[in-house]
Amino acid sequence: MKELIDSKGLGYRELNGHIRKILGLSSSDSGNRYAGMEILLKNVCGQRYIGCGLKGDHKISIEGVPGNDLAAFMDGPIIEVFENGQDGIGNTMNSGKVIIHGDTGDIVGYSMRGGEIYIEGSAGFRCGIHMKAYKKKTPVIIIGGSAGDYLGEYMAGGIIILLSLRRKGVDKVFGTGTNRAGYHIGSGMHGGTIYIRGKVEEYKLGRDVIIDEPKGSDIDILYEYIGNYCNFFSADASSIKVEDFIKLIPFSHRPYKKLYTY
Amino acid sequence: MALKLTESEFEIERDPTKCISCRICIKQCANGVHEYNIDKDTIISDSKKCIGCHRCESMCPTGALKISERKAQFKTNANWSANHIRNIYKQADTGGVVLTGMGSDKSYPVYWDHILFNASQVTNPSIDPLREPMEIKTFIGRKDLKIEFEDDGEVGNIKLKTEVFPQLELSTPIIFSAMSYGSISYNACKCLAAAASEFGTYFNTGEGGLHKDLYQYADNAIVQVASGRFGVDVDYLNMGAAIEIKIGQGAKPGIGGHLPGGKVTGDISNTRMIPQGTDAISPAPHHDIYSIEDLAQLIHAIKEATEWQKPVGVKVAAVHNIAPVASGIARAGADFITIDGFRGGTGAAPLVIRDNVGIPIELAIASVDERLRDEGIRQDVSILAAGSIRSSADVIKAIALGADAVCIGTAALIALGCHLCQKCYTGKCNWGIATQDPYLTGRLNPETGTRRLLNLLRAWSLELKEMLGGAGINAIESLRGNREHLRGINLNDRELLILGIKHAGET
Repeated sequence: MKELIDSKGLGYRELNGHIRKILGLSSSDSGNRYAGMEILLKNVCGQRYIGCGLKGDHKISIEGVPGNDLAAFMDGPIIEVFENGQDGIGNTMNSGKVIIHGDTGDIVGYSMRGGEIYIEGSAGFRCGIHMKAYKKKTPVIIIGGSAGDYLGEYMAGGIIILLSLRRKGVDKVFGTGTNRAGYHIGSGMHGGTIYIRGKVEEYKLGRDVIIDEPKGSDIDILYEYIGNYCNFFSADASSIKVEDFIKLIPFSHRPYKKLYTY
Repeated sequence: MALKLTESEFEIERDPTKCISCRICIKQCANGVHEYNIDKDTIISDSKKCIGCHRCESMCPTGALKISERKAQFKTNANWSANHIRNIYKQADTGGVVLTGMGSDKSYPVYWDHILFNASQVTNPSIDPLREPMEIKTFIGRKDLKIEFEDDGEVGNIKLKTEVFPQLELSTPIIFSAMSYGSISYNACKCLAAAASEFGTYFNTGEGGLHKDLYQYADNAIVQVASGRFGVDVDYLNMGAAIEIKIGQGAKPGIGGHLPGGKVTGDISNTRMIPQGTDAISPAPHHDIYSIEDLAQLIHAIKEATEWQKPVGVKVAAVHNIAPVASGIARAGADFITIDGFRGGTGAAPLVIRDNVGIPIELAIASVDERLRDEGIRQDVSILAAGSIRSSADVIKAIALGADAVCIGTAALIALGCHLCQKCYTGKCNWGIATQDPYLTGRLNPETGTRRLLNLLRAWSLELKEMLGGAGINAIESLRGNREHLRGINLNDRELLILGIKHAGET
């Protein structure tokens, strides 16, 4: 069943209230929860916290630009945005999927524990910082274009894939390198993996990471998520070669072991 | 090199006429101080390993042991204290940051000890709390400026019309401070949770998540969200009675923290929801909070995730600009602010930060309360004061200065047996509190511990009532921010001005 909400003029509390009502999640109508609902939000214009703390196997499609903290604390649903996103997407997200047909602001996937975030274009600063993995949960962020500074800072687990693509007519060519990452990649990183397409200059790396070559299971991971990316955004998979990727892993899972004296 | 760790800080005296070589001291010491010499049938003690926790002394069945501080380790020097010298030796050996535990032991002024509380004589009667009702129940959360009722004219049928903000209901204005599972043992967490639940107050999970066996006490839990977001998911947020965003801690303002990977094992890894063996790093700032507006965003994200059903608070360390910070937090939509003074405790903090950064809680409460009143927003937010509340006298003075309630961490641990040896970070707590070693944690019996905490809460509550009654006040609400009931002693004009109190002798 597909429901439609016209978000024009609605505040975020009203909008989230409507969503909860449709899903039968309002505290007032407990016991009547629906599964597998699809909701289309039209005319979204900067409303924050959409899908915040939402659970279940629902799908929310968004027309317009959603505000900050989209899918924060989310646990399960799929959110697809047919425009750009803003800051804090997937903040402390537990599971589910966010697909952004455009660019995003800063701190995407902060402290995310599980789930997947697909960004067609570029991400802002501090993307994927303090991502974690836990048991069967492995959070994944795939960025099509460029990423700002401090990509994967404090990263403790999970996967970040930066495709460094340049979309025709959208992205200007800048710099000399082929990668499109910012500075201080993976600084403070102590878990997880970052894959970047293109050769990454040493000076761009945080001091806690080392460069490795993707092999074996890395190749499978890259194929899987690049495949998903190309599916969602109708991109040409043949133009993205797995041989072009480098892999970044942390020096140590315990970077602060020798910092103290007793 | 001969300088390598140095002199022992403690002296161990064993009375050979009393010692029966029962070897209890050997079993009790996690630091390996005592050793049995089979040839001589005697126990030898290495005082260099002693950390001064007094466990062996307390457990010795014949009273043969005496642990005392070792005097005159270095030539007396008013400027270069033994601690300065010892720390330089350590740092020259290792190149590391000196780590410490618990609150600062430096001799900064303790303002509590320079404030005196009032009592009634002749002109207004004092009240006997043993015979007359005395209300110390406290509500934490945002208050309405005006409350409206619906009255349909029938007797006894008045209904509240105003939709009040979510509140925490405390039977006594004392909450257990945030102490995470990982920094303290499961048994210690259980004692705090069970005692809070039974007494009708709250415990705080700290930033390490809530152990699944403690879910039964979740109604009395304040669940913390710190920069590492350990153990935080939507279920955790909805489980607690309130949510606290941890920005800072009195013992270590402005810096992050990390639980060493060696301690992230089994249950701690599950509760924090991170893999075993990795460092649990809490970055110094929340990287999604660089401003009051960003803080407001996280507060509201949490409120949305919990459908506006729970109070959301913010914990900050008392720092120089605490008053405007608190004002910002109130305006960001927080329901309560926890202010942790610079003498507040910790499981581990760099010594240099703990002993040199921040301001005393007494001054912080006074300036925050005044600032919020001046701005007309005091009712928007409750103030929880923490950072070395040592007795019920400190509690009542804190409330008279303007706090709504206090948080006790160190005091609660002392009730559980802590001897303030300040070695929490070693993970070898002989009292079974700040350790995960199953052999040591077993020493803290959850039932005994719970009872001791209940006793402490009961005793302090009785004392609060006594003091209130003596001042002719029958509800703690009437004391809040009522600084007329306080007088300073041995304080200068500026200190009195900041505290907003008169000097003793002034009427």
